[in-house]
Amino acid sequence: MRALRLSLTIGALCALSACAKPSIYYWGRYEDLIHEMYASPGKADPGTQVAKLTEDIDKAHAAGKPVPPGVHAHLAFVYSQQGNLGSARQEFETEKKLFPESAVFIDGILQRMNRR
Amino acid sequence: MRMPGGAATLFVGSLAFLCSCAAKVDYTLYRNRVPRSILVLPPLNESTTVEASYTYLSTVTRPLAEGGYYVFPVAVIDAFMKDNGLPHPDEMHGVPLDKIKEVIGPDAVLYVTIEEWGQKYQVIASVTIVRARARLVDAATGATLWTGKAEAARDSGGSGLAERLVAAVIHQIIFSSIDQTHQVSRQANTAMVFNSNNGLLFGPRHPEFHTDPRGR
Repeated sequence: MRALRLSLTIGALCALSACAKPSIYYWGRYEDLIHEMYASPGKADPGTQVAKLTEDIDKAHAAGKPVPPGVHAHLAFVYSQQGNLGSARQEFETEKKLFPESAVFIDGILQRMNRR
Repeated sequence: MRMPGGAATLFVGSLAFLCSCAAKVDYTLYRNRVPRSILVLPPLNESTTVEASYTYLSTVTRPLAEGGYYVFPVAVIDAFMKDNGLPHPDEMHGVPLDKIKEVIGPDAVLYVTIEEWGQKYQVIASVTIVRARARLVDAATGATLWTGKAEAARDSGGSGLAERLVAAVIHQIIFSSIDQTHQVSRQANTAMVFNSNNGLLFGPRHPEFHTDPRGR
């Protein structure tokens, strides 16, 4: 009975938590920063975002886990807000290399950046 | 070893919960056209809470990406749309698919509408509620591949009446300054994506993409 109860409990918990499989990506603070940039922009100025995102990317590499979709492109966008177009281009290229699904969007951005 | 009544009730309750969402979903079209990439536009907002759209938007990338899809950078897309003369989600939702396909290039677009959002103060408790409906559309054909609901609520807790009263008061004091909706929204999206009965199919970047039996 105890075993049954345990397995039922685990079953119920799994159903509720989608059976927390190990995550594919190292998430860091990407989504928290997105939340902050809309909810309290003062806490997520470009300098803070660059610092936190580059640190998260380093941590992902150290942990041997892939950086999630969008992180490099988001970092690129923040660099461009700072006027650092060199780093912006580099990060957009990294996003495209890791996720070729982003190619149409990134290529368009890079073309428009070059025209400026 | 007898199972205590409370535990038994809980199990029956969770079984009932599971059965209630077991309605058969037809995955045939979705299975034939599983997208590699999903563009999530800032949601339409039917609630009275102005910040709902962007709080929601900050909790949707992770479950979709962990579900095996490439998710376009939501804040970059939002800024890009605004730069192109589309300041509000309702205008963004009106962009024709062929234009989206040409400029952004997603395989599918997720259109979300927030129905209910925020803290409801009740007599002996307060509850934080997030409810949204979502539609995944094939960017090439315009066909709806999947529809779903993101729904979660968090109670202020406590079991007895007095305890609940105290908990509700404390909850209102502490959490009125902390945005609970962020966490509840995350919970709602995770449950929506990973629901094994009516959630999204595992995408091409998920380890179980090839073994996911749904729609086969």
